[in-house]
Amino acid sequence: MTTTAAAPTVEIGRSRLRKEDARLLTGRTRWTENITLPGMLHMAILRSPHAHARLTKVDVSAAKNADNVVTAFAGADVAETQGVLACAWPVTEDIVMPTYTPLAITEVRHVGEPVAVVIARDRASAVDALELIEVDYEPLPVVLDLEAALLEESPLVHSDKGTNRCYTWVFDAQAAGSGAAMPETGEIMITRRYVQQRLIPASMEPRSVIVDPSGGGEITVYSATQIPHVLRFLLAATTGTPEHKIRVIAPDVGGGFGGKLAVTPEEWIAFAAANLVGRPVKYTESRSETMVSAHHGRDLIQDLTLYANRDGTVTGLDVKLIANMGAYLGIVTPGVPLLGAFMYNGIYKFPAYRFECTGVFTNTTKTDAYRGAGRPEATYAIERIIDELAVELGLDPMEVRRRNWIKHEEFPFDTVAGLTYDSGNYEAATDKAMQILGYDELRNEQATRRVNQDKVQLGIGISTYTEMCGLAPSRILGALRYGAGGWESASIRVLPTGKVEVVTGTSPHGQGHETAWSQIVADQLGVAFDDIEVLHGDTRTSVKGLDTYGSRSLAVGGVALVMACAKVREKAQKIAAHMLECSPTDLEFSDGAFHVMGTPEASKTIADCSLAVFTAHNLPDGIEPTLDSEATFDPSTFSFPHGTHLCATEVDTETGEVAIRRYVCVDDVGTVINPLIVEGQVHGGVAQGIAQALFEEAVYDEEGNLLTGSFADYTVPSAFDLPEIISDRTETPATSNPLGVKGVGEAGTIAATPAVVNAIVDALRPMGVRDVPMPCTPERVWRALKEVAP
Amino acid sequence: MPRVTITVDGARYSDDVPARTLLVHYLRDQIGKVGTVVGCDTGNCGACTVLLTDPDGVPRAVKSCSVLAVQADGTQVSTVESLGGDHPMQRAFHEQHALQCGFCTPGMMMAAVDLLRDNPDPSDTDIREGLEGNLCRCTGYQNIVRAVRAAAAEMRSAPAAGSETDAEAAAVANGVPTDASADAEVKV
Amino acid sequence: MIPASFDYIKPSTVEDAVNALAEAGDEGKVLAGGQSLLPVLRLRMAAPALLVDLGGLPQLRGVRVEDDAVVIGAMTTHAAVASDAAVLAGAPLLAQAAGVIGDRQVRHRGTIGGSLAHADPAGDLPAVAVALDATLVVAGMDGRRNVAAKDFFTDLFTTALQPGELLVEVRVPRLEGWGVHYAKVNRTAQAWATVAVAAAVRRDNGSLAEARVALTNMGPIPVRASAVEAAIAAGEGVEAAASRAAEGTSPASDTTASAEYRAHLARVLTRRALTAASAF
Repeated sequence: MTTTAAAPTVEIGRSRLRKEDARLLTGRTRWTENITLPGMLHMAILRSPHAHARLTKVDVSAAKNADNVVTAFAGADVAETQGVLACAWPVTEDIVMPTYTPLAITEVRHVGEPVAVVIARDRASAVDALELIEVDYEPLPVVLDLEAALLEESPLVHSDKGTNRCYTWVFDAQAAGSGAAMPETGEIMITRRYVQQRLIPASMEPRSVIVDPSGGGEITVYSATQIPHVLRFLLAATTGTPEHKIRVIAPDVGGGFGGKLAVTPEEWIAFAAANLVGRPVKYTESRSETMVSAHHGRDLIQDLTLYANRDGTVTGLDVKLIANMGAYLGIVTPGVPLLGAFMYNGIYKFPAYRFECTGVFTNTTKTDAYRGAGRPEATYAIERIIDELAVELGLDPMEVRRRNWIKHEEFPFDTVAGLTYDSGNYEAATDKAMQILGYDELRNEQATRRVNQDKVQLGIGISTYTEMCGLAPSRILGALRYGAGGWESASIRVLPTGKVEVVTGTSPHGQGHETAWSQIVADQLGVAFDDIEVLHGDTRTSVKGLDTYGSRSLAVGGVALVMACAKVREKAQKIAAHMLECSPTDLEFSDGAFHVMGTPEASKTIADCSLAVFTAHNLPDGIEPTLDSEATFDPSTFSFPHGTHLCATEVDTETGEVAIRRYVCVDDVGTVINPLIVEGQVHGGVAQGIAQALFEEAVYDEEGNLLTGSFADYTVPSAFDLPEIISDRTETPATSNPLGVKGVGEAGTIAATPAVVNAIVDALRPMGVRDVPMPCTPERVWRALKEVAP
Repeated sequence: MPRVTITVDGARYSDDVPARTLLVHYLRDQIGKVGTVVGCDTGNCGACTVLLTDPDGVPRAVKSCSVLAVQADGTQVSTVESLGGDHPMQRAFHEQHALQCGFCTPGMMMAAVDLLRDNPDPSDTDIREGLEGNLCRCTGYQNIVRAVRAAAAEMRSAPAAGSETDAEAAAVANGVPTDASADAEVKV
Repeated sequence: MIPASFDYIKPSTVEDAVNALAEAGDEGKVLAGGQSLLPVLRLRMAAPALLVDLGGLPQLRGVRVEDDAVVIGAMTTHAAVASDAAVLAGAPLLAQAAGVIGDRQVRHRGTIGGSLAHADPAGDLPAVAVALDATLVVAGMDGRRNVAAKDFFTDLFTTALQPGELLVEVRVPRLEGWGVHYAKVNRTAQAWATVAVAAAVRRDNGSLAEARVALTNMGPIPVRASAVEAAIAAGEGVEAAASRAAEGTSPASDTTASAEYRAHLARVLTRRALTAASAF
């Protein structure tokens, strides 16, 4: 027998160090770019330098004849075989869905759109030969401004569609039966426009793909993707290659943040190219290619009207969005802003709510999911405008929140947006956060600095957020016209020696599923943490799955795991009973073994049972000789993490520079499997939220060139630019799943941005500033002050 | 094509390389040191950070995407592999959960090792400033700062700690100047 | 991305380097530390036919003190400049600015000569060279010539260096007893300067007698804030003098900042730099 690790204690709740780390710390990682296959060729892509142009000539003949080049082709050469890129979320019946080909054929619609391809023996030769491709572009008018794009006289991104309007989607709480009529006036009516700037997800690993057609009809795709299962399905659906002949592997993936929740032109082009040449083809993008080609996030205009009474009670909220789709629709592009539709009410209870979103095409890189996807935008808007209400009423912003939020005894609570929040305790999280921050002391210091008219002013920003995560109940997705379900799959394989292989349909890229899933299964089966191996990201081993995004992996995939474990225990119980010569009902499962009730020393472990099914010499009649199981979980509702983030900023009123002095967050993500991992997710999420508030913005010039096309211009913050993050938790278990878990991956990003901006505006209130557009660069802060200067 | 001889992680390599070959591509594509990765094309992200001996033989953190392989001729390079597997920096990154996706991690650790050579007892601010050339998108840097602090404490108390399998490379990683003649003896 | 192909030589004498550059003309490019050049080559924004690597010229590395000048070889790295005892003693402003260039890794490779010859308006060293009245020693086919820093920078990324010329050393007049400060605002730690101010001040009987101030990124080339210097010389206070910092400048508007904001920053940072230098 092999040795078995020491008997487990309770794993859930332990800060287990990660199983994933060893290979990552030693450089033995399997990034897609690290994989080399026999006979592998390299692909380089020629991209449009124009934001909108007709292709009148694409001549690849000189490139084809260059040294070391195997072939070169343009869109027209593979028009029949390259397939199309699908949008899985046609949000309305009359949505405008343009054809999206991997390589442009007749027209390019954003800078960076792929035009032609070279396949060569080595990467340098492929890149060199791009310079030999001759392309004639006939420039067309460029559409960039969201509001101008909707005017009758605007040039069109897609001339065949007759409009730049992609869709208009409305949620009216009164019509939906979850709310009352919008007040026509109110004692207080506040209107504001906020702009969510365009962001770039910018995972540190650029996207990379290898397509290997050399497996006797089978095509293997290695891709740095968050969604191997979806990729396989869509390749099959759009290229004509049968699904069972496609195997997708997501090896180690270096971050995603929604940026790899995508099916990309580059994957499709590599697929076509590999099939054309019959050899493996690799493509790894450079960072400057990522910036123009991989999808961007956010980029919408928010017009809000908040109605309230003088006593501080909010009575209604009207939200109108104009959302930039970019030139094409990615896999969930139209749906991203709508994920916010159910969140503009935040943690508050008010009777009237209306939401309307219009999607607009422009000659820019497409937008799609970026960490939080719709919910950061919603949280930003409501948390900013609640501060405005506080100013209007002359109240502390926390007091206004207290007067409007759902009290802990009011859960479960049916919201005006039609969701049922199962649990939460906003009071507890807020009290803890205020105490850790030293809220009252900082308010005192702020008052002193105001009196002294210090050049450096202090501001305190609040964000009391909730979010919906754990995408998603399939029925709700169906009602929202999404093209797939939201279930997740897990299977358990109990090996003869009692070791366990766990196969998950989630596809981690930094989240630590191998560790956390081991902890869950260890408790469920009484198997040691180290005796469990978690397998993922290969459609041959993990046949079914819907992958990792939307803070869904634990809340959906983790529950599937629990269900699969329950089935293993159920089978094992019968076998244990047989071995112990008792009835299954005489057994209880505790401390990792089945014990005979009343005679606890008579017991059998899962390992005992697994050996019994392996030999199958002596099983009860009618029992299959296996403990293996599979389960699929489709959640009945979302989960709703919440928390309170507080940010104290020092704003230099002369230079406009902002320094975060103290950042405190108390998050409630339900039951915690691994506190270390949860804390890490919060840190990273907060960093990205701060980055939106202070540093990052994708900027186009008036011709549609991306001016922030590299890390030299798109300023991702370093350690020196970010503060220490003081994080703590409260723990209110979700009642909607057996683990009591919520999601944590996006919470920090959702919460942090308004906390920071509210703090900046709070610092500058006495001077009359009520908004600083994001990112709040030194110049923008200075300008905001200048505009209100007497 | 120019010929280069570069000692990498204690082993000497000699190759003809096109002059335009970046050191990082030489490390990855020619000699298989794929622990060193490329995250950008402007020298900003630091994912490709390795130690490279300067003309005085002192190992210094550099971005191997901003050095040509030919410029590294005659030098010693230490990649993440030189840390072995049980270097105090690796242990600290593991124990403090200083990595998530792990893509920036090799470069981050090499930059941190370099920092500690200059400043064995850095404050949190020193660490943040010292790592300003390395971007991480996952961790918010907080646990990286913790890890570097923890590694510093351990390395101060046991300065010789490091790889047991590759003493020479570990010496380079720990900032001890070495002479090229020693390389052949420690080749593994 | 991968640079386009080029020929490469690594001369072992300055003479050979100069000859190679003269022969290559516009097709030749000097490779010093490469921290600006290599990204440009990778993005294929430039494709020189020949790179002349100065890495084989140890005679261009290091710092020495000669008479009244600190003399710094062109291939001395920023890290070495920032920590060199002679620089810290005789040209502390230069040490301070060299210590905030880029990041640690960049400072290990980037060189003073490369940075000056690159003449990036957002680079930190050009303004310092101008503020300190440095002399740049240039080697050419006909021997060496001295160029005053104020004459060296002629336009955006353009210097007085002729084809076939090489910047070999930087002579900085020693300023002992002066207070110095380099004040810089940038978007993120590793970003280029939005604006920076290099200031050196001399006090006489406790009051400010003389100031030298130069501005980074307030136009295509680094400029002396002459109006500020004149005001200080005329006995005006720091606040009043600094308010003239943007006079005669022509800052750009770009994605980092507008010209208007840069002018404002120049005034604020000049005041702060003068104040900090006075307390040095």
